[in-house]
Amino acid sequence: MSLAFAGVCSHAPGITGRSQRADPALRDGFYASLERMRAALEATRPDALVVIAAEHFANFFMNNMPSLCVGMADQYEGPIEDEQWLGIRHTRVPGNAALSQRLIVSMMNDVDLAYAQEWKFDHGIMVPLNFLTPRYDLPVIPVNINCQGPPLIPLKRCWAFGRALRRACEEAPERIAVVATGGISHWPATPDSGKINERWDREFLRRFLANNRGELLAYTDEETWIEAGQGGFEIRTFIALSGLIEGSKCELWFYAPIPIFAVGCTVAVAHLPGALTNPPGANDTARP
Amino acid sequence: MSLYSVQKLLFGLNRDPAVRARYETDFDALLGEYDLSAEELEAVRKPDIGLLYVMGVNGQILMHYAALRGFEWDAYIAAMREGEQRYGPVRTGLYQRARTP
Repeated sequence: MSLAFAGVCSHAPGITGRSQRADPALRDGFYASLERMRAALEATRPDALVVIAAEHFANFFMNNMPSLCVGMADQYEGPIEDEQWLGIRHTRVPGNAALSQRLIVSMMNDVDLAYAQEWKFDHGIMVPLNFLTPRYDLPVIPVNINCQGPPLIPLKRCWAFGRALRRACEEAPERIAVVATGGISHWPATPDSGKINERWDREFLRRFLANNRGELLAYTDEETWIEAGQGGFEIRTFIALSGLIEGSKCELWFYAPIPIFAVGCTVAVAHLPGALTNPPGANDTARP
Repeated sequence: MSLYSVQKLLFGLNRDPAVRARYETDFDALLGEYDLSAEELEAVRKPDIGLLYVMGVNGQILMHYAALRGFEWDAYIAAMREGEQRYGPVRTGLYQRARTP
């Protein structure tokens, strides 16, 4: 064992920080899907959760920007942002340095990585954890893909990273869950905040859910930037997960644009052979 | 232009308690340590959030500085829009061509 669970979800700070300003029907449906994801994740009894995220100048800046970085500590903390602004209380989050190191050493056979023994989580990790591990009792291994400060890692290298992580997971005796988190189209923190290209999102999701490598890697950053904004560069996290689950499809549990959250809010979970990702009695809240 | 220096200053203010403490006690001395033009110094000191956006500061850095300086979310968005109207399109960085006319 192995990969016990894999899925994707959104992480925009408005999801918790501006929750009262959202359309309650949409918001509650999204929250319910995240709760369903939490239950599904827990049902697979993971020993650790790898979060493939795209941080926003929390730990990494252009003085020394890694394309790929993996945390290697026994403890993390977050959020780095103001608690009131994000709506999440500051807390400590357990890690697993020994498992991190084994994964990193394995992955280094295939991809070049940076590692970090200090890491303060921003909303990009804390918003998913707030819903998926609300007791902060599951060891987390953070991964960052630079999606903020170009030059950015090519999409094909994100896929290769995902494949390397899969192999590393399969070499480990632990049961490992992986959640990738990013936006699809969005223009966060700009005058266009709240703009969402639903048509582009749904086409991206079609390619992503089908695990269509060729179609996913066909995007160019120029096209993404025009159609999906600078936030669209975060498709790198989704593509890394696609490489991780290569050959498996994902099921969409929720997608809806929620403008005050500044992103098309998304929850999708992979169909992994033998994994319990769809507990009986769960309600499908995905919009067709 | 020294967008890198402006962003590094704001990144430090957002993330480094020691930099934040110097902001509280001696902002001018702190500003003196960064290679900033007169326009950049003025935009940071005032603060002119709209001008900082037009200069190319990444919103993931700028929104926290705006919050530090008392801008609620809607005021932050409005300040960037006013900046575009007053100073023209974003000059450099990630958003240089991002806005459609």
